[in-house]
Amino acid sequence: MDWVIEARDLRKVYKMGEVEVEALRGVSFNIQRGEVVAIMGPSGSGKSTLMNTLGCLDRPTSGEYVLDGEAVASLKDDQLADIRNRKVGFVFQSFNLLSRQTAITNVELPLRYSTSTKYLGNSKGRREQAIQSLKAVGLADRMTHRPFELSGGQQQRVAIARAIVNNPAIIMADEPTGNLDSKVGKEIMNLLLNLNKESGTTLIIITHDPVIAEQTRRVIRLRDGLLDGGS
Amino acid sequence: MTLAQAFLEALESLSGNKLRSGLTVLGIVIGVAAVIAMLAVGNGAQASITGSITSIGTNLLFVFRGSPESQQQGPGGGGSGNNDRPLTLADAEAISDPFAAPSVESVAPAIQGNGTISFAGKNSTTTISGVTPDYSVVRNLELAEGEFINQEHMLGRMSVVVLGPEAADTIFGRHDGVVGETIRIEGQPFRVIGVLVARGGGAFGSEDGEAYIPFTTAQARLLKRNSRDEVDILFVQATTAESVPQAADEIANILRQRHRTPIGDDDFTVFTQQDFLQTFEAITGVLTIFLGGIAGISLLVGGIGIMNIMLVSVTERTREIGLRKALGARRRDIVIQFLTESSLLSLIGGIIGIIFGWLISFAVGQIAAANDTAFVPIVGADAVVLATVFSAAVGLFFGIYPANRAASLEPVEALRYE
Repeated sequence: MDWVIEARDLRKVYKMGEVEVEALRGVSFNIQRGEVVAIMGPSGSGKSTLMNTLGCLDRPTSGEYVLDGEAVASLKDDQLADIRNRKVGFVFQSFNLLSRQTAITNVELPLRYSTSTKYLGNSKGRREQAIQSLKAVGLADRMTHRPFELSGGQQQRVAIARAIVNNPAIIMADEPTGNLDSKVGKEIMNLLLNLNKESGTTLIIITHDPVIAEQTRRVIRLRDGLLDGGS
Repeated sequence: MTLAQAFLEALESLSGNKLRSGLTVLGIVIGVAAVIAMLAVGNGAQASITGSITSIGTNLLFVFRGSPESQQQGPGGGGSGNNDRPLTLADAEAISDPFAAPSVESVAPAIQGNGTISFAGKNSTTTISGVTPDYSVVRNLELAEGEFINQEHMLGRMSVVVLGPEAADTIFGRHDGVVGETIRIEGQPFRVIGVLVARGGGAFGSEDGEAYIPFTTAQARLLKRNSRDEVDILFVQATTAESVPQAADEIANILRQRHRTPIGDDDFTVFTQQDFLQTFEAITGVLTIFLGGIAGISLLVGGIGIMNIMLVSVTERTREIGLRKALGARRRDIVIQFLTESSLLSLIGGIIGIIFGWLISFAVGQIAAANDTAFVPIVGADAVVLATVFSAAVGLFFGIYPANRAASLEPVEALRYE
């Protein structure tokens, strides 16, 4: 099988002063390239911790994690940053756009941190790539707008354009429709699913909304730091 | 991320918060302006003093009574109360011997004291110098009107006086057309025979306010000394400026012989213009460093201001930093981003400060000129380079801590920050 994510016995322990809190207590699963997966679970189930680990924002305390063929569980901070830059696209609930920058500059941001020779010192190449991304999310006519000049749905589209601009192996979407009304939320979900269909990018959605989860082919449920049933 | 990008982003970020950036920059502006202005004033003072010392003549030497150690209490102060032999007219005679002292052009002995000069009810206390005709040659004096003391005045111990322009101004209210008037010095009548051209400040302060009378007259009637040929000071002119050290050696040798003092135990002091220059350069040098140091402190305070604002900025932008890290920014990228901002702040402050400092120096020069003081502050290229480098360094230094703090934020924590 062509696994994009292989997680083996992931554990994460937080130290809160004297007390140790086990957020993940041995989670194992694989995700196939091109899959659409929802990660669900009540708050406190370790959902966020799992997302941070899968997104390479944080390291597991123990366990193995192979992302797109690279073992990342024990990499150093800067190496993790590079992995995030090349392999992970993030979509956040609150969009997280730089408010003073235009849509196109926001989309370009990951490319600025790219160490690839394709983008290093090549501002024209970065711009073109950003324009393509914005076209893919249907915002070709809003490229020079700043976030406050855009609706919530449009802002999330900019964020999605930013997530796909580097052709990542996975897109991590953390409650992508949580700040949007249901109609716009549906549009955003359709956009994400379409992008998955067209480019085959693996899509992982963290949500507690069952309606969202229904649209994915597979749901990973977490409870108390452990997988809960049908993975 | 390249430096050019970092620079542009820093510029955008700073211009996004204009008031805050402006206020932060102000600290550096004041610091740099103070450094520039203080150094300019210090350098100007140095140039002005050395200039006026040089204007007296670089080939001039002074010989005082008393050892060099006792002179440290002040030139000209060596006098009674010790066993040092006084300088005499005979000493002056010996020094002017062209065979014993070939480097000496001429010698002018003088006795000096304070006295009151008065005319028509106005009086003024000033320095009265008893001098020989050679004095005007040695000191390079120029007469605005009348004549200087000549041999005839000397022989006749005549009651004549040559006034400095300020002295004339003080008692006559003018300094032209006073030749022929009779003034009183310590109550005795003296006829004014000449008025000097103004020459400004000198090694002993301004000499424009002095009154000059024949040496013999002073010796006999006004400034009595223990013996008839005792003098307070010898003004010696060397043949050229280059022969001054040689002349100093010749004078010292002659006086040691005549006073029978062993080497190292001189009872006289030979002071050259070079000595004066060195002394004043040392004084103004210390002054400049002192002023510059005080100004440097304000630069330091400005730097702390930058650090403060950068720390606030890091806290405010925690989410942004988290986002940038999530998108792949390495530690280095974040450090560069914040260091660029802080350096840019202080560099902009430095440039504005240089302009301000230059304006202040210019204004000080204008005020000095309006008050007839020959004092021009000098903004040196070295001060400009120093201020630029120093202000950028301040920005870098005080940016390091906030930048490191930003770079070491955990992306997970930073993204969660509200």
